[in-house]
Amino acid sequence: MAFVTANWNPLGDAFYRKIELYEMGWNLKDGLRDCLVAAAPYGGPIALLKAHNRRSPSARPQLEIFSSSGLPLASFPWKSGVVKQLGWTVSDDLLCVQEDGTVLVYDLLGGFKRHFSMGNEVSQSQVLETKIFHSPYGTGVAILTGALRFTLATNIDDIKLRRLPEVPDLQGAPSCWAVLTQDRQSKVLVANGSHLFVLDNTACTPVTPPGLSPQASSIVHMCVSFSYKYLALLTDSGLVWMGTSNLKFVLLLFSCRCRRPKSQQPSAVVMWDGLLLVVGECKETIQYHLDDDSILVPELDGVRIISGTHHELLQEVPGACEEIFKIASMAPGALLLEAHKEYEKESQKADEYLREIKEQSLLSEAVRQCVEAAGHEHEPETQKTLLRAASFGKCFLSNFPPEQFVSMCRDLRVLNAVRDYTVGIPLSLTQFKQMTIQVLIDRLVYRKLYPLAIEVCCYLKTPEYQGVSRVLKHWACYKVQQKEESDEVIAKAVSVKLADAAGISYSEIATKAYESGRTELAIKLLEFEPRSGEQVPLLLKMKKSPLALSKAIESGDTDLVYTVVMYLKNELNRGDFFMMLRNQPVALSLYKQFCKHQEQDTLKDLFNQDDDHEELGNFYVKASYKEQRLEARIAHLQSAVDEYYKAKKEFSAKTTEDEMRLLRFQRKLEEEKGEQLVGFSLHDTMTTLLSVGLHKHVEQLYKDFRVPDKRFWWLRLKALAEKEDWEELEKFSKSKKSPIGYLPFVEVCIKHHNKYEARKYVSKVTLEQKVKAHLAVGDVEGAAEAAIERRNESEIGTVLSRCAATTDHLLVERLNRAKATVAKK
Amino acid sequence: MQLPLVGVTVMLERNVLQVYPAAESVVGSLHMAHTEWRDAPELPDFSLLKRLARDQLIFLLEQLPGKKDLFIDADLMSPLDRIANVTILKQHEVDKLYKVELKPIVSSSDQLCFLIRPRIQTVKWISDLVNADKVAGRFRRYKIIFTPQKFYACETVLEEQGVYGDVTTDEWNFYILPLDDDILSLELPEFFRDNFLEGDQRWVTTAGSALHLLQSVYGSFSKVYGIGRCAKMVYESWRELMEEGEQRTRQPEFAKVFLVDRDVDFVTPLCSQVVYEGLVDDLFRIKCGSVEFGPDVTSSDKSIKVMLNSQDKVFSEIRNEHFSNVFGFLSQKAKNLQTAYDKRRGMDIQQMKAFVSDELKGLKQEHRLLSLHIGASESMMKKKTKQDFQELLKTEHSLLEGFEIRECITYIEEHINRQVSMIDSLRLLCLLSITENGLLSKDYRSLKAQYLQSYGIKHLLTFANLRQLGLLEEQQAGETLTVMESKVGKLVNDKTVGKLTDAFSSLAKKSNFRALSKRLALVPKSGEEYDLRVPRDMAYVFSGAYIPLSCKLIEQVLERDGWTGLEEVTRMLNGQEFAVTGGSSSSEARNKTDAQRIVLVMFLGGCTFSEISALRFLGKERGCRFIVVTTAITNSARLLEALLDNHA
Repeated sequence: MAFVTANWNPLGDAFYRKIELYEMGWNLKDGLRDCLVAAAPYGGPIALLKAHNRRSPSARPQLEIFSSSGLPLASFPWKSGVVKQLGWTVSDDLLCVQEDGTVLVYDLLGGFKRHFSMGNEVSQSQVLETKIFHSPYGTGVAILTGALRFTLATNIDDIKLRRLPEVPDLQGAPSCWAVLTQDRQSKVLVANGSHLFVLDNTACTPVTPPGLSPQASSIVHMCVSFSYKYLALLTDSGLVWMGTSNLKFVLLLFSCRCRRPKSQQPSAVVMWDGLLLVVGECKETIQYHLDDDSILVPELDGVRIISGTHHELLQEVPGACEEIFKIASMAPGALLLEAHKEYEKESQKADEYLREIKEQSLLSEAVRQCVEAAGHEHEPETQKTLLRAASFGKCFLSNFPPEQFVSMCRDLRVLNAVRDYTVGIPLSLTQFKQMTIQVLIDRLVYRKLYPLAIEVCCYLKTPEYQGVSRVLKHWACYKVQQKEESDEVIAKAVSVKLADAAGISYSEIATKAYESGRTELAIKLLEFEPRSGEQVPLLLKMKKSPLALSKAIESGDTDLVYTVVMYLKNELNRGDFFMMLRNQPVALSLYKQFCKHQEQDTLKDLFNQDDDHEELGNFYVKASYKEQRLEARIAHLQSAVDEYYKAKKEFSAKTTEDEMRLLRFQRKLEEEKGEQLVGFSLHDTMTTLLSVGLHKHVEQLYKDFRVPDKRFWWLRLKALAEKEDWEELEKFSKSKKSPIGYLPFVEVCIKHHNKYEARKYVSKVTLEQKVKAHLAVGDVEGAAEAAIERRNESEIGTVLSRCAATTDHLLVERLNRAKATVAKK
Repeated sequence: MQLPLVGVTVMLERNVLQVYPAAESVVGSLHMAHTEWRDAPELPDFSLLKRLARDQLIFLLEQLPGKKDLFIDADLMSPLDRIANVTILKQHEVDKLYKVELKPIVSSSDQLCFLIRPRIQTVKWISDLVNADKVAGRFRRYKIIFTPQKFYACETVLEEQGVYGDVTTDEWNFYILPLDDDILSLELPEFFRDNFLEGDQRWVTTAGSALHLLQSVYGSFSKVYGIGRCAKMVYESWRELMEEGEQRTRQPEFAKVFLVDRDVDFVTPLCSQVVYEGLVDDLFRIKCGSVEFGPDVTSSDKSIKVMLNSQDKVFSEIRNEHFSNVFGFLSQKAKNLQTAYDKRRGMDIQQMKAFVSDELKGLKQEHRLLSLHIGASESMMKKKTKQDFQELLKTEHSLLEGFEIRECITYIEEHINRQVSMIDSLRLLCLLSITENGLLSKDYRSLKAQYLQSYGIKHLLTFANLRQLGLLEEQQAGETLTVMESKVGKLVNDKTVGKLTDAFSSLAKKSNFRALSKRLALVPKSGEEYDLRVPRDMAYVFSGAYIPLSCKLIEQVLERDGWTGLEEVTRMLNGQEFAVTGGSSSSEARNKTDAQRIVLVMFLGGCTFSEISALRFLGKERGCRFIVVTTAITNSARLLEALLDNHA
């Protein structure tokens, strides 16, 4: 324990420490000399490209990828053009920027993913320098071209190239430059000699860092902090300037809260004298001697130093650790640690220390310190000691919330697991918190460490949907690409593993299988997909349209069916398309709906193909109503007649023929008499003709169209009453025995308020309707007579209800008596 | 057999004449009914749904900043008015409002926003507008808001017309409009035609989403029952949504859900309605919960729009009453009102002041409503107590009972010949066909020919539609059951005949109304007087002549907690029934909570006010409450108009 502070160095108020993370597992002959190196932040992988500058085609440089602990992940000879820069994306993909501005993307196991270009201008004038940077929008690439112009893409997943304005008076390559992300914008900071410019989308602005005199010698290096908050400049006179990155404040004095030691690009410094300098408050410095070529990787809370043999972390000692381990510290945490040590030794001093803390009632503070400090310690032994001390202190506290302690234990367990040499992700707690567990799981998945990822998910109790299921999905996606195994084996393995995991999308896995050229496997996997809707898009992509159509219908989602139908319509020739629809009534009716509004002719073809003559007939009838011209109308109806006959629908055919006759008749009459008739129904035609007195023509229609007698009588009756031609009505009533009886005559007269005429017909009404007829003309007595005669109880009741109790009490009595006798029987 | 029916009609007439003496007792019974409600469980607050819809609409409008003209589908106008009125729209920079009329537009605005149902026709119209602007070299921004969801078909049209890039599209997930405390409507009248006639199932997911919305706002259900093909599909779609979304364990606010297809019961919506609310709908057409009373009702020269819901105190007391009771109740109410007004006499100044500030406004309001409803009732009386209506009702009842069918056919024939009413004739024809399992060939042809003579040959298409839906069919010669039965009977011994007949009947798609009616006792035993003032079962909504099949099914299933024992019934209804126990399994424990006594009934294809009244009655009897969710409120006229083919 005494050694904890051995690697600490004071710098002003703060301490800095250098921790060895790994002894590198790689075996590099020449160290890092002559190599293009890129190390991903957050303990990510390291890419090495040896001898990249040699242009002889015979010696192909080797591109190697290692984990942070130096274990080889991939290695392959570089066959493409000259690489100017390597870099990593936020999702652990390797970017190789070539001289011609082409960027090749590899995954961290060396698999080629894709490539993209940084534009014509770049490829013409070649890449001079390039920088890969991270911002909230993803990973970006900035290029300085041979024409001394900057081109920038903020997010490589959604490339929008931006050409920045020109830098004035730039003769040769600028002495140094960096990319800043400020105000939601990526800018480039360029130094040309002693002049400093900020380039954004629109303008090039000269700036002067406060405190740095403009006459000062030229700036040879600059560096931006991980969070883009701070900036460091190095001039050729050896002056180091540090400030906020917006160049408004100087931080020549490091505030002790400022965590980040300046991280100078090492090449110059290191190559000269193997010296690493940490410049801090009031120009105090710490010097480290480096024995080897090294590179520096800025991190959120420190700098990693990677050399040919070692991998170290240089960081400011976190507050909690400092409090506890600082020599002669009297902080509560330190005392608690001491107390616990004594307790282990079974010494009574433990009690003294405890008392001292408790007297100041700082015990909970002490526990908190120990827990926090444990998180920042790298050595499991130290972590354990601190946690034990915390746990010991907790015993003397009531109501101390356990969450912090528990989650710290969990986090540390995970961190220690991933820091393990074989995994090689040297995350600090601060970094881990920043990157979140989801991302950590992603990183494990990228490294194909599926079992570990699942363990982590289970251990941290991540919701299945975001945790285990996701890992399994990635595993399955990887599995389906294994060419050496047969479709059956893989399908089975996948289904067995994924069986009870929630929220698995088999369609995504199948898509992967399809992309790697295994259509059969994809179909097999789709069978496992419970939501048939999910299967459809892929099936379409694989040109399995019949299957896609039936799956879409199965899903019950009409919109999906529609998507497939529309796809098929464009994909297949008409005949095949119709044939396919024919077997799928749901799709067919849907398509018919569409055709009704959009393509009338297609609708006709559809019916034709199905030999659905009745529907065709209906189609023509409908079409006839849209026509204004009579000839066209009749032509349509004729087609309808033909179709109806084909469909053996004689009735419809006959009716349609009648309609054609009627139309011709109407037109003829319209021309002769000038009455508006075309389009009327037979009934309406007759009514109109009667009202204008064209009786002969009505007779003709009556005969030609076999109008039933009843209808004819009704028509005549109504027409005559309408004209109040009572004389003619009476004649009409006597012309023949009325097929509709005589009650309608009574009612019609009453309707036209002619009681006198109405009475004429009452006597002619049949017995059954007598009561009604009498009542209609208001003859209650007559009604009563009729009802009593008929001995019908309900009719007597009806009459009774119409009697006024006061005036007709005699009648009422009679009726009641009659009712009683009827009821008896 | 005919006696009770005449009794009913007589009673109707008697009530007309003797309104005043009867009033006392009617009011008494109404009040009794009212007190029973107190035991009923509280209903959830559905105004939340309106708020959700409004907030989303405002959000969508703000996506198009600046002044804009808004074009609204005609049938969305009234629902929109219930969600966000003109003032709210204006607040969000809507400049002018237009109705979508599928004609060229006159608008000077640079931004056009369309709020429409996802219909191909409308989208095509918009595409034409955009293209016309392009030709004229005019630049505007266009935004289409589809409600309740967009369909791929619409996007295809935009693509085909080459304007896909020129318009932005959005969805306004306005699934449900609460029409009243217990009526929720999807306001999708086209659901019926699209789904049952055209076989286009695109609204199924909409209905599923509506249920999902209710569930996510008001908690899960413990049990789901349903019958019908569409009901099954809606349930499936809903279940998928449930599985995709997060599982929430909440106190369920509804106990049970019942899904029913309209084509399970066509008889009920085809009958003339005689409860007050249904009658108002039949005569004046209630639109989106409000009705416009014409000059003959208001006894002035103006029309007045009235909201009809439980907020209207007068209406809420008479809406479920048989029409013959209403007038009596209203006149009693008028008397009470007069008494309340009369209190003024003999008041001192202080009392008068209190009276004016506390009561007068309420009384005036009540007065206004009362006079409107009295006006409406009078107008109904004029129309409905005429001989014609009595005979129409009589014919309907005979058909339901299967009695004197010949006379009925003669009546229908006369009805057609006299051109009384296009829709009513059709309605009677359908009723005849369904109750009789199709018409004899001879009758079918002659009636159809006569109908076409009266109303024109275009109805050939209407008849084709009706046949497709099984509403109006011709019995195929030699295919009637009796013929089959007798044939088979000769071959096989007697015992198996019954089974075979069953098998045959399930094969043919028949309505089987007569058999169903017998089994479920839909037509009450004749020979008993049915007192409409004190209803004893749901048949009162049809003057005691018929219990709505849909409601009877619901009653039976709830009573049995499933379909067991109803096998024969479901077979006659072409099966497709289901019962599923919902996610919240722990609900057993809190069986007695209020929520357990609320039942949600979803009608796919529309429901009538008579059915709602019948369910309210059933709820009162069983101490539970029904919430009706429907794709739209329907009645016989709307149902049949949807099947006419002269508009497409």
